[in-house]
Amino acid sequence: MSNMENVNSEHAQEKTKTKKKWITPKTFPYILVFPAVLLFVVFTVYPVISSFLLSFQASEGGVMSFVGFQNYIRLFNDGLFYQSLINTFTILIIQVPIMITLAILLAVMLNSALIRFNGFFRVSFFLPSVTALVTASIVFIILLDGNYGIVNYVLSTIGLEKVSWLNDPFWAKVSIMLVVTWRWTGYNMVILLAGLQNVSQDLYESASIDGAGKVRQFFYITLPQLKPVILFTVVLSTIGTLQLFDEPYILTNGGPNNSTLTVIMYLYDQGFRYFDFGYASAIAYVLVIIIAVLSWIQLRLGSDRD
Amino acid sequence: MSTSTANTPKKHLSKKIVLYVLLAVGVIISIFPFYWMVIGATNPSGEIFGIPPSLLPGTYLIENFINLNESIGILRVVFNSLFIAISFTVLSLLICSAAGYAFAKFKFKGRDVIFFVLLLSMMIPYHVTLIPLFRIFVELNWLNTYQAVILPQLAYPFAIFLMRQNMQAIPTTLLEAARVDGAGEFRIFFKIVLPTMRPALAAVAIFLFMFQWNNFIWPLVVLNSGEMYTLPVALSSLVGLSDIDYGQIMLGAAISVVPIMVFFLVLQKQFIAGILGGSVKE
Repeated sequence: MSNMENVNSEHAQEKTKTKKKWITPKTFPYILVFPAVLLFVVFTVYPVISSFLLSFQASEGGVMSFVGFQNYIRLFNDGLFYQSLINTFTILIIQVPIMITLAILLAVMLNSALIRFNGFFRVSFFLPSVTALVTASIVFIILLDGNYGIVNYVLSTIGLEKVSWLNDPFWAKVSIMLVVTWRWTGYNMVILLAGLQNVSQDLYESASIDGAGKVRQFFYITLPQLKPVILFTVVLSTIGTLQLFDEPYILTNGGPNNSTLTVIMYLYDQGFRYFDFGYASAIAYVLVIIIAVLSWIQLRLGSDRD
Repeated sequence: MSTSTANTPKKHLSKKIVLYVLLAVGVIISIFPFYWMVIGATNPSGEIFGIPPSLLPGTYLIENFINLNESIGILRVVFNSLFIAISFTVLSLLICSAAGYAFAKFKFKGRDVIFFVLLLSMMIPYHVTLIPLFRIFVELNWLNTYQAVILPQLAYPFAIFLMRQNMQAIPTTLLEAARVDGAGEFRIFFKIVLPTMRPALAAVAIFLFMFQWNNFIWPLVVLNSGEMYTLPVALSSLVGLSDIDYGQIMLGAAISVVPIMVFFLVLQKQFIAGILGGSVKE
């Protein structure tokens, strides 16, 4: 195993000799990981550290200098930052449960023995997941246009009042949730469907012999068996929603009245509109902490129960 | 057949109908926005906003295309997006599979530490790096260049992780046999390891391509002139205008999504595996 390098290299040609010296099973892994590690250090490790340091700095006349916790103190007194947190969490708390419930229901339906053409349904539901978030948001601007959008047209033909989707603080949030739900439900459904296919059929058979109906089977077999996969989709969706940017940027640009301003949008504004790098970095680190804490809580809740 | 005998065929049928109706509604909601893109792209701006709106494809495609090319230079923008996404995918695939191979099949000092740091970095939101990255590219004088978009995410931790998981399946005896036969390490990597990894490479390639094709916030930050814009950034610049031409926008949206959709319909299995990052295996 380990004596590859001393395979009679003495008599080999000059060229292979140097080659043998440098590229051996011992040195080769370093050559393999070198490009990845170099790029990772320069473009991820350094920025993560630098951003942390920047969060304690402020620009004075174009020069960054340390100001202690000033950025964080300012952040905790910044009404707009709280607004962005509240907006993001409102969307998170309402949208994620609705989407995951929908995804579970769709997955269960497609997994049902009663349904044929599951392939067709699966592909159709997954299709929104191949669109760029920007593209999805643009199409929804047009679908949800207050005066001429097809959604309002349909509402008015069935006798309902038109909704001011993008210009009303309440409905603007709903619009964001609609795009996110449209874009991601099928994605989560496919993950859940794969989880469902791993649930043993025997469990259902013995349950129906014991006289348990479909609804009871869903609550007592499907949901518990699927729990790890559901948890996975919830954690992924939570992290994704906390980083919401493309949809509100395109759809409402944070408005009206900052009602759809998200944390990342606020970070973007501070960093790249006002070029307040220190403050933007502090926002980023508060978000890191929030995501870490939430993921931890979710994983704890998921593993502790039952 | 396998359901309980208590269900009469009639009850079965009504259940079936309810299920199919629900699924059909879901399909319509999923697909309608795509149909609407086609309607918008082939009609003048006014038509999609007519009352009642026109529900059929029109004949205004060429005019919309000419207008779109005039306002954002769509041909150049598509080229930018393709160039960036393809070179990113090829380079990243090479870098990540090399690293994945090292983590899966070699023992070396620091291996576990490096791998752990890579995994750890997946928990940190990407946005934390935006500002230092921006400063790096300002320093390098590389704002508004292709490499500014391509470089930062080349060593994609999730892709490295996936390649490592897949490469653990390569039998070590196969590699040893090749070494005994005198094959060099590079030869083994390119002629034995990569070819056996084709399905995994395809899935990871799709994942990487989709990431970069749809990437928005970073290109928005580093690109600042119309002729360097990628599709999402160019489309977003159209939305901001006060006088929006919806025919153009819908055509742009369709251009960003239709090629991917065709690709998806042809390669469904790899695509789903790729987009889900290989978390689903069938």
